[in-house]
Amino acid sequence: MNAVRKRRLMIVLGLVALVAVAVTLMLFALRQNINLFYSPEQIAGQEAPTGRQIRAGGIVEKGSVDRNQDSLVVTFTVTDFKARVPVRFDGILPDLFREGQGIVVIGTLDASGTLDASQVLAKHDENYMPKEVADVLDKEGLSPEDYRAARAEGKLSYPEADRP
Amino acid sequence: MLIDVLPEYGVYALILALALSLLQAVVPLIGAWQRRPLWMAFAQPMAWGQCLFLSLAFVALALGFLFNDFSVDYIANNSNSALPWYYRLCAVWGSHEGSMLLWSLLLSLWGLLVSVFSRSLPRDMLARVLGILGIISSGFLLFILLTSNPFTRTLPAAPAEGADLNPLLQDPGLIVHPPMLYMGYVGFSVAFAFAMAALLGGRLDAAWTRWARPWTTVAWAFLSLGIALGSWWAYYELGWGGWWFWDPVENASLMPWLVGTALMHSLAATEKRGTFKSWTVLLAICTFSLSLLGTFLVRSGVLTSVHSFASDPSRGIFILALLGLTVGGALLVFALRAPQVKSPVSFGWLSRDAFLLFNNIILLVMAITVLLGTLYPLILSSLGLGSISVGPPYFNALFVPLATVLCLFMGLGPLSRWKRMPKGELIKRCALGALVALVVGIGAPLMVGERPWHVSVALGLVLALWVAMTSLRDVVASALRHGLKGPARLSRSHYGMVLGHLGLAVSIVGITLVSNYHVERNVRLNVGQAVEVGGYRFKMTNLADVPGPNYQATRATLQVTRDGALIDLMHPEKRFYTARRQALTETALDAGLTRDLYVALGEELDNGDWALRVQVKPFVRWIWLGGVLMALGGGLAVWDKRYRRPIRRLGEKPS
Repeated sequence: MNAVRKRRLMIVLGLVALVAVAVTLMLFALRQNINLFYSPEQIAGQEAPTGRQIRAGGIVEKGSVDRNQDSLVVTFTVTDFKARVPVRFDGILPDLFREGQGIVVIGTLDASGTLDASQVLAKHDENYMPKEVADVLDKEGLSPEDYRAARAEGKLSYPEADRP
Repeated sequence: MLIDVLPEYGVYALILALALSLLQAVVPLIGAWQRRPLWMAFAQPMAWGQCLFLSLAFVALALGFLFNDFSVDYIANNSNSALPWYYRLCAVWGSHEGSMLLWSLLLSLWGLLVSVFSRSLPRDMLARVLGILGIISSGFLLFILLTSNPFTRTLPAAPAEGADLNPLLQDPGLIVHPPMLYMGYVGFSVAFAFAMAALLGGRLDAAWTRWARPWTTVAWAFLSLGIALGSWWAYYELGWGGWWFWDPVENASLMPWLVGTALMHSLAATEKRGTFKSWTVLLAICTFSLSLLGTFLVRSGVLTSVHSFASDPSRGIFILALLGLTVGGALLVFALRAPQVKSPVSFGWLSRDAFLLFNNIILLVMAITVLLGTLYPLILSSLGLGSISVGPPYFNALFVPLATVLCLFMGLGPLSRWKRMPKGELIKRCALGALVALVVGIGAPLMVGERPWHVSVALGLVLALWVAMTSLRDVVASALRHGLKGPARLSRSHYGMVLGHLGLAVSIVGITLVSNYHVERNVRLNVGQAVEVGGYRFKMTNLADVPGPNYQATRATLQVTRDGALIDLMHPEKRFYTARRQALTETALDAGLTRDLYVALGEELDNGDWALRVQVKPFVRWIWLGGVLMALGGGLAVWDKRYRRPIRRLGEKPS
């Protein structure tokens, strides 16, 4: 092996090692920082871990929003029509937060089963349904359109149909 | 009336543009392959014609918006007669179909510019470059005509009123951000076309890099500006006060920027020294592929974000196919042609070449980091392995160390010479800069700051100062040696480099200070109540209902004082857009070079209280100021004299 080849080999080996280290670090960082999504049913079934940041989503149950009188603390429940999850949030809710609206919550579950939210996401427009929430509803045999239609026609019994 | 049939003319113009771009894709490439001058000569007129017809289509759509032609689906969905005229005009690119049209228009504009400023190019090279651009253009025009025609009509029952533009987009940001960003995205297609033309022509010498360099730099400058504008827009419009969210859509623009930055520097090495030839070509392919990937991510509807309009799966598949064909084809050509290229040039480990190579790799690793964090959730969910999201901590954890190393080499690069740099001289050149950076960077937050010293602040400042000092060193050294004449003798492209590097340093200062020292409080206020945030006292003095052209607003007045002195009256608004029945937060800003005051109205609570988001953000403007400096640096580099004097033809005699 001549000098040039040897040097080139060293460069290639060095690069491979660098990339390997980088990818390992990346995957490690990724493992630490991914937020898994759980539906209310899974949370009620105690499938979700406590004390670790997770995401949850569903429809904000009608009549469940309760604000504290002196602070920004707000509590509400999120439902997938199978189970309910109580959420507590201290902060400013997004513009599109509304009862009967699909939302996604990022937060940690405490021992009592309340989701302590660090972020509440309700995005974009009236008809927007977060993808995960749509999937959850789908499992219950409802497409977002069905849900909206059912809601509009007043067919949906639980929670009470709320007209937009 | 002409105005009634404008949309039909628009479609007609699009079809003509497609026909011309198909010709532009096929004829010149065959001509270059068969060496037929007449066939090659097809390239330029086709590029001009394509640009002309796309402009006509664009004007047709814009006029439709101006005159409220709601029989056109796209206009009905994204405009409203109550919308001010300038937003109606910008609504042209406010959603999917129109923004694809803008994309194609800009692509043809780049093609036009290449064909105009190409007198120094060999004829076959020009034919190939325009041919490649024609292929890309055909793909996008087919995409528009087959899946996202902006001129589709709803006849005969046209709606009387439009559904209005998304309120988030009704902002001056919409006027400038998308065109700038697209200019950047699309501009990398020129670098790509040059690389492919060089590969196809089998002339992968340094010549193609000389032609490709200014184009790449301009595209990069536009992209830098576009990203900075986007960040600024998100900052004041989304009402959170964040300037970067690691949102997949932001990531989609950051990836081509990172690889494009690597490409720009690698092109310099290839042009000056003939090194990294294959690597540069590969980077050109990667950059444009990432631009396309960004388009796919944003436009396919796989992501849900303010930017993703299309949820029609056929569109996603079409762009994915386009992406696959482009990347696959390009890599195939690369695999077939590149092994013939050898770089006989050698360089030592301490040399500008080596430092550029290191930073190229780091920039690439950064891009891969972003790519992984962006695609991982998509891959998992498409494989049915659960739904996850990757949080900002992932990106921050990886970006800070990578950026640290990047900045270290960024400082060493401009100080060293090509090929070989003696260790002693390198140390001598950077010693002063390093010392000043360390002392000031660690000391300044101790001396000036009202806040506790923090290691990440010191790190950020040291790095920023290091980059700034080292990039300015040559200017200062030549001034010391030759007086005022010294700096005048340095080339414009040198000053472009200085400005670009200074821009990054400025951005780093902004990022460091705002990340560590910003103060944020969410409070509950009523008229007459006050809150103290970061040394400023915010007192709500008034709440009023204010009507707007297409919305109803509640406007609060906040009196801001510091130590009793009045600083500003701020007016945050909560708007309710009637046509879309959508609420929007309009933040109030008191902007300054060293700090921004930021107030956003949250929601109305019981008994007239309002939730308010009050923030003090030190040095946040520096982030975007840095972006602007970088873009200016790019512009200055292209303004260099050597790009304006006629370049002698390389490799081919003029015939």
